[in-house]
Amino acid sequence: MTDDALRVELQKRGVFVASFEDLYNWGRKNSLWPLQFGLACCAIEMIAAAAARFDIARFGAEVFRPSPRQADFMIIAGTVTKKMAPLVVRLYNQMPEPKYVLAMGACAISGGPFKEGYNVLKGIDRYIPVDVYVPGCPPRPEALLEGLIALQKKIAGQRLFGKDLPRHANPEAPAEYPVPAYGPHDLVPPSNPAIFHPKAPSLAE
Amino acid sequence: MNVLPPQSVLDRIHAGLPQARVELVNNPGPSGQHALLVHREDARQVAEFLKNDPELLLDYASNVSGADYPEYLEAVYHLFSIAQKHGPIVLKTRTGDRGADATVPSLTPVWKSADFQEREAYDLFGIRFEGHPDLRRLLMWEEFADFPLRKDYAAPADYEYEPTPHGDIVQKAAATTQA
Amino acid sequence: MSPSSTFFSGTADAGALEVSLGPQHPSTHGVFRMNVRMEGETVVKLQPVFGYLHRNHEKIAEKNSWLAAMPYTDRLDYICSGTNNWAYAVAVEKLAGIEVPERAEYLRVIVGEMTRLQNHTAFLGFILGDMGAWGSALMYAFREREKILDLFEELTGARMMLNYARFGGVRCDLPTGWLAKARAYLATYPAFLDEMERFLTGNEILLARLQGVGVLSAERAINGGLSGPVLRASGVDYDIRKVDGYGIYPRLKFRIPRGEVGDCFDRFMLRLLEARESLKILQQAFDQIPEGPIVNPAVKQRGFKPPAGEAYGRIEGPKGELGFHLVSDGSDKPYRYHVRPPSLINLTLLEEMCLGTKIADVMVILGSIDIVLGEVDR
Repeated sequence: MTDDALRVELQKRGVFVASFEDLYNWGRKNSLWPLQFGLACCAIEMIAAAAARFDIARFGAEVFRPSPRQADFMIIAGTVTKKMAPLVVRLYNQMPEPKYVLAMGACAISGGPFKEGYNVLKGIDRYIPVDVYVPGCPPRPEALLEGLIALQKKIAGQRLFGKDLPRHANPEAPAEYPVPAYGPHDLVPPSNPAIFHPKAPSLAE
Repeated sequence: MNVLPPQSVLDRIHAGLPQARVELVNNPGPSGQHALLVHREDARQVAEFLKNDPELLLDYASNVSGADYPEYLEAVYHLFSIAQKHGPIVLKTRTGDRGADATVPSLTPVWKSADFQEREAYDLFGIRFEGHPDLRRLLMWEEFADFPLRKDYAAPADYEYEPTPHGDIVQKAAATTQA
Repeated sequence: MSPSSTFFSGTADAGALEVSLGPQHPSTHGVFRMNVRMEGETVVKLQPVFGYLHRNHEKIAEKNSWLAAMPYTDRLDYICSGTNNWAYAVAVEKLAGIEVPERAEYLRVIVGEMTRLQNHTAFLGFILGDMGAWGSALMYAFREREKILDLFEELTGARMMLNYARFGGVRCDLPTGWLAKARAYLATYPAFLDEMERFLTGNEILLARLQGVGVLSAERAINGGLSGPVLRASGVDYDIRKVDGYGIYPRLKFRIPRGEVGDCFDRFMLRLLEARESLKILQQAFDQIPEGPIVNPAVKQRGFKPPAGEAYGRIEGPKGELGFHLVSDGSDKPYRYHVRPPSLINLTLLEEMCLGTKIADVMVILGSIDIVLGEVDR
């Protein structure tokens, strides 16, 4: 990695220097193709973000792919119900690496206003790893764009060589997660213990 | 909207179907929507009568709800007439009990609009509608075994820790994560 | 269900193809699934599968207070939250015998008709998307809709989840200058409709795909409990605003468009005509709105305890008849709270309308019924 002052000096002379990692990440983060997958009310704000006023195309994410095989990241926009959860996990499994998940809205993060529901999954991070959480009910389209920018920053910081490899560069890490099954009272298992680690509650205020 | 008092509907039913067991259930509140409680064995006949009678012509079953009471389950139908522009007439049928005898006849053959709504009442309350063309669960998955909207339903305890602890949620969360 | 099994009971023809359309599908308006059996491209059997967005609204409403259900009604038909709130308030007012002051009724009509406008605007975009126009009309539609959402945000604080109605009135009054802005915006809206009609209604692709598709007769529509634009497109003269005369609608002059054939084109055109009628209603409401209180001062919103009894209250929402069946036992929580969802009941005849049509027509028929999954599954 060259020093910034040197890099700017070289740029003034028409010489552009970058590391392979930077180029790779720059290409990936500026053309993130989302999976066209809206669940509930947040989907309408997602469509509004893709429409002309807020324009997600400025950030490279305009091409919503209907098929998970062609998508880079999944915006979970809306409440994930227990009936829908196995399908969401299956869609996630079908996406090729590198893949990311953006949980949009309170329902995708933790069940949101419907947290007391018997059919509501209290957060999609029970079964699949989430990269960015965008709170709101629904979050404004600008908030979704901020979440997208946060995801882009995260991708820019991912390494290809050395230690701390991201999941997609690490052959040991799983790319597919187990799909829950429908049980008589709840999903089986109710969460994936390898991913979902809620903090133990503390009674101190 | 033309006014159709429930008592006049009851009188017409008694005139047209003297054997049918129908009574007026008083609705204590200000809405004035008193209900016609029909014995479940006569429900189909009464429904056909209400739909076809030339003065009532209640051809539009707008809403079908289930309800859970301590002794029985209830199916409530709100009927309107598109032709005469009157309504609502509230028709109620009750099951025998909340267990093995939780059945009422299906009114889907009379009003097709009851199709999905009766399936939903079956799904959420466990009311079995006899004569329904396709009585399956509507909203929950097939393998689900409970009837969630009943008052005695216990939801699965799948809350995790909440960052803003309040009340019994903290106690409950502490109990489940330490277990 | 494993992918290789048949969805339907009974034997499958060797040449038949069974497809699960959805729940993740670009054209199903949300997480809606249809199991379809086709021979070639012709639909032979169609079975809708619901429940992928069943968020237990009724159970949650029965656990919490009467007022707590109001923000949840926003999320039923999430595009039209203004009319959802109104329907719930109307049902509670019937249950408890509450009067609504005049200014509040006018405010409800203003928000309700603007909700209808932005719903029909969004519908334009969605149905063109279902036909494969890949978002072009959606851009125009959402551009227009954003202007209405700006007005909502200024009035209520939120773009989509307005939480506007209260028992016996509305939550907040018009800010200064809002009426002038709304009038100015409405003056531009007919130009948008004219532009859309110029692009769309003479378009031969649109005519070929919508005319004669999904024909529904008036008798079947009535028996199937259909309501709203779908019912009126089949030729039935039934609009709850005229029939029930709730609110101050009897004072307002507007017409009810009716279809002749009952096909998708009728449903499409009917919504455009209804949008024009909504403009007329809004014009009159802006001119007639009086000063006065915006909520009935005798009603306690928090800790609301209606008398014991039952009521069914309904309004003409943009999707159809939205009703609430409420049972009170005199306490501060509903004993039974049931939503009569127009989108679910409008799907009762989906299979009937789609049998014998091509698979591409199924998406158009579904689009012309205009459903929102939040309401179907609650």
